[in-house]
Amino acid sequence: MTSNLRAETIYFDSYDDHSVEAYLATTESDHKVGGVVVIHHFPGYDEATKEIVRKFAANGYNAVCVNLYYRESPDASFDDAAAAARASGGVPDDQLVGDVGAAAKYLRALANSNQKVGVIGYCSGGRQSVLAACSLNLDAAVDCYGAFVVESRPESTMTSIVDLLPNLSCPLLGLFGIEDQYPSPEQTVTLRELLTKHGKDFTFHEYDGAGHAFFAVDRPSYRAEVATEAWGEIWKFYGRHLSDKK
Amino acid sequence: MCTYDTERITVTGSAKGADGWFRATDATISYDHPVHFGAGHALLVDLINPALGASSRVGLELDAESARELAMAILRSLESVPAGLLES
Repeated sequence: MTSNLRAETIYFDSYDDHSVEAYLATTESDHKVGGVVVIHHFPGYDEATKEIVRKFAANGYNAVCVNLYYRESPDASFDDAAAAARASGGVPDDQLVGDVGAAAKYLRALANSNQKVGVIGYCSGGRQSVLAACSLNLDAAVDCYGAFVVESRPESTMTSIVDLLPNLSCPLLGLFGIEDQYPSPEQTVTLRELLTKHGKDFTFHEYDGAGHAFFAVDRPSYRAEVATEAWGEIWKFYGRHLSDKK
Repeated sequence: MCTYDTERITVTGSAKGADGWFRATDATISYDHPVHFGAGHALLVDLINPALGASSRVGLELDAESARELAMAILRSLESVPAGLLES
């Protein structure tokens, strides 16, 4: 692996023929590689998320992140677009699934694709990663501290997706902070019990000394030691499920 | 919390955003992850005019104590206005 990559903004037609903006990073390789759909966090399609996309490419994967707020605010900055999304109640689940599905299709069409695609999401994207893995045929999914997977928030668009868990199409890696309240350790136990009940392949890691958003390098919640260890788990997990080379 | 739970009210007034003054028609208030303020959560206030696009926005990200102080200061200011000067 050279760590060489190419990164660029792209536009492609999603499931409903609506053009969407996305950030693509492709890895330079002499063999076929897996792909990763990155789902950005609640604050939006920001620089830190684009850095995550590039990190996957530097580590031997093609990666793409769809700007989930682009449809409503195509000409706005990422933070203004996030505010508009907040004002309208967030991204509908069916739109999220459609956009992730279109992104996975885009990755599989790349010349160096091995046809394996995983998904990873942070914060609100953690729930959306599980949602996508329960709704699409994917090869691996990572949930980074996604809340509202097993519980609904009253009078909110954030509703539980427990009814979809029997449809989980791929192995799931869950990365959580013990000090997080959304999701709380109790909610993680519930998710663990449900996945066990449904006979799903999953691995959870719950880290001491970390709360929500411990991967976020530009936030006070960042926990360098925990994030480094958790990135190691991601590389092992995707190495098993997305790479042809074992 | 990543909830998208937002209070929304209509307002009458003006706000100065990145491109200058605009007529504000709505305000949204929520408590969730900020973009810029260095905290896990913040009280998020946006004065907006959706008809002009998402960029017509003035955003605030405040810690809870500051938000309460601001709200009370606004009320104190209004209560101190001499009778007859409050329009509408």
